[in-house]
Amino acid sequence: MKRGSHTVSLQKEKHTSFYGNMADVGKTPVARNEKTNSEFGYVGIDAILEQMRRKAMKQGFEFNIMVVGQSGLGKSTLMNTLFKSKVSRRSLMTSEEERIPKTIEIKSISHDIEEKGVRMKLTVIDTPGFGDQINNENCWQPIMKFINVQYEQYLQEEINIERKKRIPDSRVHCCIYFIPPTGHCLRPIDIEFMRHLSKVVNIVPVIAKADTLTLEERDFFKQKIREDLRANEIDIYPQKEFDEDAEDRIINEKIREMIPFAVVGSDQEYQVNGKRLLGRKTRWGTVEVENTAHCEFAYLRDLLIRTHMQNIKDITSSIHYEMYRVRRLNENNTQPNGQQAIHANGVPEHEVLSHEM
Amino acid sequence: MVWLQSSQWEGARAVPLSGHVGFDSMPDQLVNKSVNHGFCFNILCVGETGLGKSTLMDTLFNTKFEGEPTQHNQPGVQLKSNTYELQESNVRLKLTVVNTVGFGDQINKEDSYKSIVEFIDTQFEAYLQEELKIKRTLHSYHDTRIHACLYFIAPTGHSLKSLDLVTMKKLDSKVNIIPIVAKSDAISKSELAKFKIKITSELVSNGVQIYQFPTDDETVAEINSTMNGHLPFAVVGSTEEVKIGNKMVRARQYPWGTVQVENENHCDFVKLREMLIRVNMEDLREQTHTRHYELYRRCKLEEMGFKDTDPDSKPFSLQETYEAKRNEFMGELQKKEEEMRQMFVQRVKEKEAELKEAEKELHEKFDRLKKLHQDEKKKLEDKKKSLDDELNSFKQKKTAAELLQAQTQQAGSSSTLKKDKERKK
Repeated sequence: MKRGSHTVSLQKEKHTSFYGNMADVGKTPVARNEKTNSEFGYVGIDAILEQMRRKAMKQGFEFNIMVVGQSGLGKSTLMNTLFKSKVSRRSLMTSEEERIPKTIEIKSISHDIEEKGVRMKLTVIDTPGFGDQINNENCWQPIMKFINVQYEQYLQEEINIERKKRIPDSRVHCCIYFIPPTGHCLRPIDIEFMRHLSKVVNIVPVIAKADTLTLEERDFFKQKIREDLRANEIDIYPQKEFDEDAEDRIINEKIREMIPFAVVGSDQEYQVNGKRLLGRKTRWGTVEVENTAHCEFAYLRDLLIRTHMQNIKDITSSIHYEMYRVRRLNENNTQPNGQQAIHANGVPEHEVLSHEM
Repeated sequence: MVWLQSSQWEGARAVPLSGHVGFDSMPDQLVNKSVNHGFCFNILCVGETGLGKSTLMDTLFNTKFEGEPTQHNQPGVQLKSNTYELQESNVRLKLTVVNTVGFGDQINKEDSYKSIVEFIDTQFEAYLQEELKIKRTLHSYHDTRIHACLYFIAPTGHSLKSLDLVTMKKLDSKVNIIPIVAKSDAISKSELAKFKIKITSELVSNGVQIYQFPTDDETVAEINSTMNGHLPFAVVGSTEEVKIGNKMVRARQYPWGTVQVENENHCDFVKLREMLIRVNMEDLREQTHTRHYELYRRCKLEEMGFKDTDPDSKPFSLQETYEAKRNEFMGELQKKEEEMRQMFVQRVKEKEAELKEAEKELHEKFDRLKKLHQDEKKKLEDKKKSLDDELNSFKQKKTAAELLQAQTQQAGSSSTLKKDKERKK
């Protein structure tokens, strides 16, 4: 930038950190009620955290989770257990509808849940019919198309001239893939699905109905699965390349060592040692869902909801969505005008229209 | 689907929870992520030279920012921007303070506001460019858009200057304006009250939209609406400490008393700090992004020829328009390139011709000189030859004469001498 009469002179980045002059680094943020005369030097910058929290509570959060797996693996039960309410498709269906569909359907249901003042719009996307046909070739395609349609919707809204204040986020943040507890290794359909989808969405594989495996069988199964994933270069959540710093890496490594989580779902409570717990009662004992010695449901819940939910959303919006956007915008640049183009989501592009300048 | 502020998401059914799920930690997760990321805040200080802008910034953020007071002889209005990294407990803030240098010093102030508007637009443009890029890194982008504009009003006690009105009118749709009365220890309390009323009524009658502290959130609605009534804030800035009672406070000491900066009876500094930093910093950032930036973006895109729908009201894709524009631009670019290439070729030809001419001339000159040289040489040779001949004949004559002389000497008579003499003649 030249120095001139009407130009800006930018003195960039004085990396002088005024640590010493401000209130001590170890100081805890002071509540606003306290008189500030007593703290000479307290500016109040950390009050922005409170402001952000207030804004977030007012706006609420959105979370879109997709469950994929053959019928009978306990997907709906697991969703109900995770969110402690009847959020699954089955809760809304009548008994006539309970049949295995002839093709893969994608059903999306939204719920408004609230906890301690925090509101969330939870959307559960179910995929009945996945893996249930005799010929399951390309079963991943409709799901891939659905995910890309959500990205497309968001992109269209984002490039509008008149945009909404908050663009409604229907992008799939997380996809839970249910692996049947065979105890051997991943099946070809599992590998195919995860290979294709791990490129566009965060995949969290879980071993369904894990109470049919003993602990040793479980460990062996997990190891085989991890080997298979590595051999096919499938990157599941949390992806290694998105670890931000050393702290993150340590936490995420621990998670990566446990994946896939062996889960058991239940929405029924039983009396165990004087307490009412969620579990599955059998003649030889009761499997406690939230007992980490029995199954890894608690780890899954903590990962998805209590610690990494924001991170999952961030990776979706800043990496998967951006990749889609780059692909989409580059597609437009290489197509000559007037030609119909088919995108990866199977949706043909509408014709180029002439316009006034 | 538009989210209503009040209770329900559209299209979602409310479901009661039968136990603790744990997503109440979401605000914490969000806050943690932001803390790791750091925050950005950019303040623009607009006001005449000498109104205490830098001192107020020092007082607000409790540090000594760099810079010396500027002279009054600037030819135009410049904007100087400095970025600082501040930290308080675990919050890291990248603060950018932009100062107008030379505002109000010129004799003709008609264009004073232009450089300010240009600066603000440049920051919007930079963000827009980043947003429109194909490969973009929005979440690590250093946001330089101005979040708050503190407009310093000179404490005349009468009314706003016309420069102030004009500038504020130009800025109110681009940035959040917070007007403040600077150096307010120059005005008495009663005059100040009248001054404030006059300013507010002038702003209203001229349709200037200043920033209103938001009153839709119950936690802060009350304090914000009270503060809205105290605008413009009458501030005093000082970085000097004076002992009052048994404490050291920031103040300005006069022979007739001491003005304490943080005393709410003396000035509105505490109110300003409370509103600007402790209560509404996030809202200022949000308003900048959702209102001012969107307005700029809309205008800019419409200017560039994009529309959301065409005359037949079929929805457009931004990309198609972009594509068409791009092709047009590439066509123009190619044409220009062609032109330049042709011009270049032309120039080269001309230069070549010139050089050839010069070469020819040089050759001719060389030839001429050569010829000249040869002529000279020949002349010299001829002369030499004739000289040689003369020399030879002289020698011959000399030897002949010597011989004769010898012979005459042998004869030894004057008659021979005579004869010699006759013969010599």
